[in-house]
Amino acid sequence: MIKQKEESLGLDNTRRPRNGWGKRKFFHQFWKQLVIWICLLFALFPVVWVISAAFDPSNSIAGQRLIPPNPTLENFRQLFDRKAQPFLIWLYNSFKVAGINSLLVVSVTALAGYAFSRMRFRGRRAGLIAIILVQMFPQMLMMVALYLAVFWLGQYLPFLGLDTHAGLILVYMGGAMGVNVWMTKNYFDTIPYSLEESAMLDGATPLQMLVYIIIPLALPILVVVFFLQFIAIYSEYVLARVLLTSEDKLTMAVGLQSFIGDQYGKRWGIFSAAALISTFPVLILFWLLQKQLVTGLTSGAVKN
Amino acid sequence: MAYELRLDPKKAGRGKFVGLSLVVKVLLLGLLNAMAFWAGVVLFTQKHYWLVAFLLFGAVAIDYIYLTERTYPLRFILPGTLFLLVMVVYPMVYTIYISFTNYGTGHLLSKEMVIAQYTNRDMLRKDLPTYQVEVFKNTADEFAFLLTEKTGVQLVAVDGKTFSLTTAPLTPIDADGDGEYERLGDYERQSLLSIFPYLSQLQNLTYEHQGLRLKMRSPNEFAYFTRRYQYDPGRDVLTDLETQTDYVAVDGNFVAHNGESLDVGYKTVVGWRNFRNLFTDRRYFDPFLRVFLWTVAFAFLSVVETFLLGLFLAVLLNDNDLKFRGLYRALLIIPYAMPAFVTCLIWRGFFSTELGIINSALLVPLFGKAIPWFQDPFWAKVAVLIVNLWLGYPYMMLICSGALQSIPRELYEAAMVDGAGGWKRFRTITFPLLLTQVVPLLISSFAFNFNNLNVIYLVTRGRPPIPGSLTPTGATDILISYTYRMAFETGSGGNYGLAAAVSLLIFLLVCLITVFNIKSSRLFREVPQYD
Repeated sequence: MIKQKEESLGLDNTRRPRNGWGKRKFFHQFWKQLVIWICLLFALFPVVWVISAAFDPSNSIAGQRLIPPNPTLENFRQLFDRKAQPFLIWLYNSFKVAGINSLLVVSVTALAGYAFSRMRFRGRRAGLIAIILVQMFPQMLMMVALYLAVFWLGQYLPFLGLDTHAGLILVYMGGAMGVNVWMTKNYFDTIPYSLEESAMLDGATPLQMLVYIIIPLALPILVVVFFLQFIAIYSEYVLARVLLTSEDKLTMAVGLQSFIGDQYGKRWGIFSAAALISTFPVLILFWLLQKQLVTGLTSGAVKN
Repeated sequence: MAYELRLDPKKAGRGKFVGLSLVVKVLLLGLLNAMAFWAGVVLFTQKHYWLVAFLLFGAVAIDYIYLTERTYPLRFILPGTLFLLVMVVYPMVYTIYISFTNYGTGHLLSKEMVIAQYTNRDMLRKDLPTYQVEVFKNTADEFAFLLTEKTGVQLVAVDGKTFSLTTAPLTPIDADGDGEYERLGDYERQSLLSIFPYLSQLQNLTYEHQGLRLKMRSPNEFAYFTRRYQYDPGRDVLTDLETQTDYVAVDGNFVAHNGESLDVGYKTVVGWRNFRNLFTDRRYFDPFLRVFLWTVAFAFLSVVETFLLGLFLAVLLNDNDLKFRGLYRALLIIPYAMPAFVTCLIWRGFFSTELGIINSALLVPLFGKAIPWFQDPFWAKVAVLIVNLWLGYPYMMLICSGALQSIPRELYEAAMVDGAGGWKRFRTITFPLLLTQVVPLLISSFAFNFNNLNVIYLVTRGRPPIPGSLTPTGATDILISYTYRMAFETGSGGNYGLAAAVSLLIFLLVCLITVFNIKSSRLFREVPQYD
């Protein structure tokens, strides 16, 4: 079975017997390499350019060289010293909002996923479908309503109002269910019942079984849900922009945009340094989660 | 609600710590109920009766769910569902409501609040006499005034009331006999200069006199003021007593006979007006149509270009003989792994006409000509599409790679026996089979790009502007960025009603796309097997 799958990886030319590198084959490969290198150029030049700019003290996008003539860490130093645009606070805010939100999301999806996986009740199927259907409408579409609702809420509960992180997290919690519940439910489905059966004989309640048996076993999927949610919230721009206003409350996404504005001639180097630092956490997470991301992406298509 | 645990429910225990967990549960529920009660009282005093009913219903439902055994599964689903209801479903409904109101700057307050605002405004009575003023202050920083009319009538103003000199609780004292009072009771005379720091405080003091109100008009003058507006609830008319004009409440504004209306309107339901404006008023409709067409074009072109490049790369990489395959794959995914809010801003700098390297390093040396990327509507659109190609192709590459691997080998072997060449095999086997698998994802991608505000807003901010539009609209604006700018970025204040109306239209379009997608997708096939 596995062997067959391995073989089916190749598509057109690969299945021909390998009889060394014929002339035609060589040109074929050469051509392929060339095309890929052109695509790599397109894919990587913005990244390379930003890395270079981060170490280039000239600070302007105009006249920047690919390899900075006298590289320094000046941009990073200035970035951390800035008082007007508190970069480190933005980074902290982003981590705080994304972290708390992801923790809450994991909690509510683990609970819901457990019910959908282990219990049978009327409306179960409809509930699963409704959850995914509602998710088709991104919260961004309701930004006006959310803005007004949070404004109104803030008049009675100031700590949940506009320009508060708690309010923003509350809004983000609307996106907690959806795909996350499906992912956890599908994973729970693969865990055998035998452990819970014996736990039941010992008199455990379903909640205890979830906490003491399922969650330790399903840790991998919960970690994946946590980090996927983390990346999504970390990168969210619109709602944060609508709800947050004061400089020291902004998240990285909003802060970075307000920082660079149109000043590519004056702040390019510092911006690049900030861009590198704020990209780094996501890049690491992405690299760690690559496999899950890819299977998650393609599951809709390739399952069957 | 009937339910069963997949395991035998009768064997399900009551838990080892029944006592403790019950205490915790009751405490939490009690706390929740207390909060609901408090919120209910607050809302009741604010006359939000519907919300009170809703809250009451919600609290009772939650208590019921957590106290009876019959709703056991709901206990697990409820926390997430509550968030979904409050932060997704409710905003959806609220959006629909707002789209039928005139909510926005100039129409932010309820009718009662606007009427109260107007009927509290004062006007100066020019037809009545004014008073020269002498200011006195006591040690507690409280003020008293001696007012002198032209005819010589003198009044003492203190504690919000006025008195004639003879009946006043304060006696004016002229110790040195120069005809100027140094003291008024225990209040001491103030020079004009020394009262300047208190001026704004002084201007808010009013003193009742013969049913009228006396107020400081300037540092040395008091004058009569009366309310400028009067509201007649029977006729629903706000009358400006200064100009003797009646303003009739119509559709959120107070309008006079000559068509003039008061600055501040009130929030009210205006029926289909927002939609009517959008579709029949050319000043709204022309930009709206342009934005709509570009939104569809943008989403469609984005899907096509990213799919073609992604598929092309997936096929190239799907070759075991290719050297550095794993490395290439990892590097080509990088644009997808970086947060879009960073990369969009980077590209924005690259496309900058004067500074950007696309002009300075690529186009000027090669073609001797710079392109005004963000000033020209056509090139701005090209720029956005290039950025979106860069952002989106890795996703397509990933899903195409996955789909390619699931195409059965035997088909190719059979085709090769039939003598089909590489291109023909791709055209007749690979492409059709791949397409059947990825179409649902392509449609999802279309829906995503339909609302891809980040790319538009962070790269071009919708620029260049479309001239003559009533709301800020640009040539690269898509519906969602058009909505965003309409609500939050206008110089004159947001128009929430109209923005919600556009949101509602986007809802409907997303609905259509979703229905279309479900029909072409097998997403829900998995579920029935359990039921």
